[in-house]
Amino acid sequence: MVDGKKQWKAWLYLLPVIILTLVFTVWPIINTVRIAFLDDYTLMDDVGGMEFSVGVHNFEKVVNNPEFLTCLKNTLLLTVITVPISTFLALLIAVCLNSIKALNRLLQTIYFLPYVTNTIAIGIVFSTMFSMVGTGFGGENPYISTAGIINNIIGIFGIEPVNWVNTGSTYWANMFVMIVYIVWNALPFKILILLGGLQSVNKQYYDAAKVDGTGRVRTFFRITVPMLSPMLAYVVITGFIGGFKEYSSVVGVFTEDMGPPDKQGALNTMVGFINHNLMSGSPREGIASAGAILLFIIIFAVTMLNMYVSKKRVHY
Amino acid sequence: MTSLLSISQGGAIALGVILGVVILLELCYIVYLFYLRATGRKHFSFRRDRQTQTVAQGETQTDDGFALTTESLGDTKALGKGVMKERNIETVKKVQKVVKIVVKVLIYIFLIVVAISVLFPFYWMIISSLKSYDEYALEGEFASRVTPTFFPQTILWSNYADAFKTANLGTLFVNTVFVGIVSTILSLVITVLAAFAFARMQFRGKNALFAALLATMMIPGELFTITNYGTVTNFFGWANTYTALIVPFLVSVFYIYLLRQNFLQIPDELYYAAKVDGTSDLKYLWKVMIPLALPTIISITILKMMGSWNSYIWPRLVANDSLHQLITNGLRDTDFFVHLPDGSVDQDKINYPVQMAAVTLVSIPLFLVFIFLRKYIMKGVSRSGLKG
Repeated sequence: MVDGKKQWKAWLYLLPVIILTLVFTVWPIINTVRIAFLDDYTLMDDVGGMEFSVGVHNFEKVVNNPEFLTCLKNTLLLTVITVPISTFLALLIAVCLNSIKALNRLLQTIYFLPYVTNTIAIGIVFSTMFSMVGTGFGGENPYISTAGIINNIIGIFGIEPVNWVNTGSTYWANMFVMIVYIVWNALPFKILILLGGLQSVNKQYYDAAKVDGTGRVRTFFRITVPMLSPMLAYVVITGFIGGFKEYSSVVGVFTEDMGPPDKQGALNTMVGFINHNLMSGSPREGIASAGAILLFIIIFAVTMLNMYVSKKRVHY
Repeated sequence: MTSLLSISQGGAIALGVILGVVILLELCYIVYLFYLRATGRKHFSFRRDRQTQTVAQGETQTDDGFALTTESLGDTKALGKGVMKERNIETVKKVQKVVKIVVKVLIYIFLIVVAISVLFPFYWMIISSLKSYDEYALEGEFASRVTPTFFPQTILWSNYADAFKTANLGTLFVNTVFVGIVSTILSLVITVLAAFAFARMQFRGKNALFAALLATMMIPGELFTITNYGTVTNFFGWANTYTALIVPFLVSVFYIYLLRQNFLQIPDELYYAAKVDGTSDLKYLWKVMIPLALPTIISITILKMMGSWNSYIWPRLVANDSLHQLITNGLRDTDFFVHLPDGSVDQDKINYPVQMAAVTLVSIPLFLVFIFLRKYIMKGVSRSGLKG
């Protein structure tokens, strides 16, 4: 099979992929590492012919930047809070959905709907639902003409209106909105994967448990969870990776200010830090690169940790 | 702030919620009845139930047998014991049945509550997009209301025209569709050729090259963005062009992987038969492999189009001028302020209904794609579950 003509043809077919990958994937990896270790690198100065000394100045700047520490804290909090909540909810929904017959198809379709939405657009909707309309927020005497639908709904349960996203809102109110939105957004993918896993579990295990007179709860923890563990591990790992790259959902709710009008950047994330260093009037590519490399290291470490844990726990 | 929800209003809403729950329960019950009629059963039952039943029957039978043998031995007490046991089993079975129904109802309530929470943002988006500003903000003639209306009292379609004008949606739509179609077509050509080479052709270094490509999937895209931004704007001089939006994302290793897996499933015999007939590789690819792998290709097309529709960061960096801006960026950048009667804008008031109309317009194409091509999307997404 392997003759000269064939070889030549195969490489021809692969030519576009190879060229594009070299230019837009391989070179960026090399170059990003390079400029991260060039002190105070900016593209503007590079084009201008400036020489840069090699060092870890960029990393020092990033790590000592309080803005970056805020981003790191926000990203960690959002990930650590939303991944367990969404995974648990998705598991619960998938198990319930798998146990019913009527309405199954319809519900499955409804639950998948948030997956095919525009993160920014629906972020604006969430922001609207949580927004109060009025004037003078954050001042002494705010005038509220409507408290927003979410405040109206929680009012039914006797909870007083909360300033979620407007001027003067607190950090945890903002965080709460983000958590709700991210969980809402993350559910469809997780439900889809877990439901697929549940449907592939061999029914014989359940029959065997039934014969032995095993209870529902015990069956769930001794059969369902172990049989689902590869999917659970997958969902958790991708959840963590997605969580560390959170950005557009915050832009959707809070605009590129990444926070309520009076506290810009309060909810900035790691990717936000990188992007905002590129988008500013005088882009700082060196700092952005150092941030990106730190992000990569964190994601890599967390993924490895997850893999290690799942190797011990997952039953394949 | 405290007097926002007066007690009577709160009571009315609470009543509404209770009524809603009752209606939901009733709906569940109706569904349950329909289920019974459809299946011809007397109650919810799965295969497991029948098994328990047979097991239980077996037990009573052995009990009877035991009773009979003891009776023949002249012990009448044993007979009474057997009857009592049978009664216990009856009641236990009844309790189990009730528990099963209660659990079912709870499951349905939970699932329906989740479904409502999932749908509510969409409902609110559409409802709000049809209201007047005063009705949304409860100002003017609506100032006496405390709770918002759940259906617009006067449907204001003009919000959509306003949204179209304010956000310049026409240009944004054209840009996004153009970028989406061109990048999808080019990307498909590249992906199909590469997947064919990896699946069907033999050449030195094939496996090493494929592994190297797969390895790049592990690196977060943010690492590429920084350098690509410089490459595209500075080296190629593509700032504010469609090219900058299309070219850097033409290669998707994941799609190549997906299609290669699909191509590998096509039996070799077809290829050899085509070779014997003197068919060229490209003709074989076009006439046999692409039709057979069509579902995967459709999945890739949809996901790629949706990717262009939803992309935000890269377009924001390289082409955010009014001529080339894409829909998501335009939506986020536009300020929807309330227009005063004299034609000026009130910078303090966001016109939420018009903003929601714009959001709805951006979401509708996605919904349509989802409704008609759900199967392919879900398959493509769940297939990605195999990559780990």
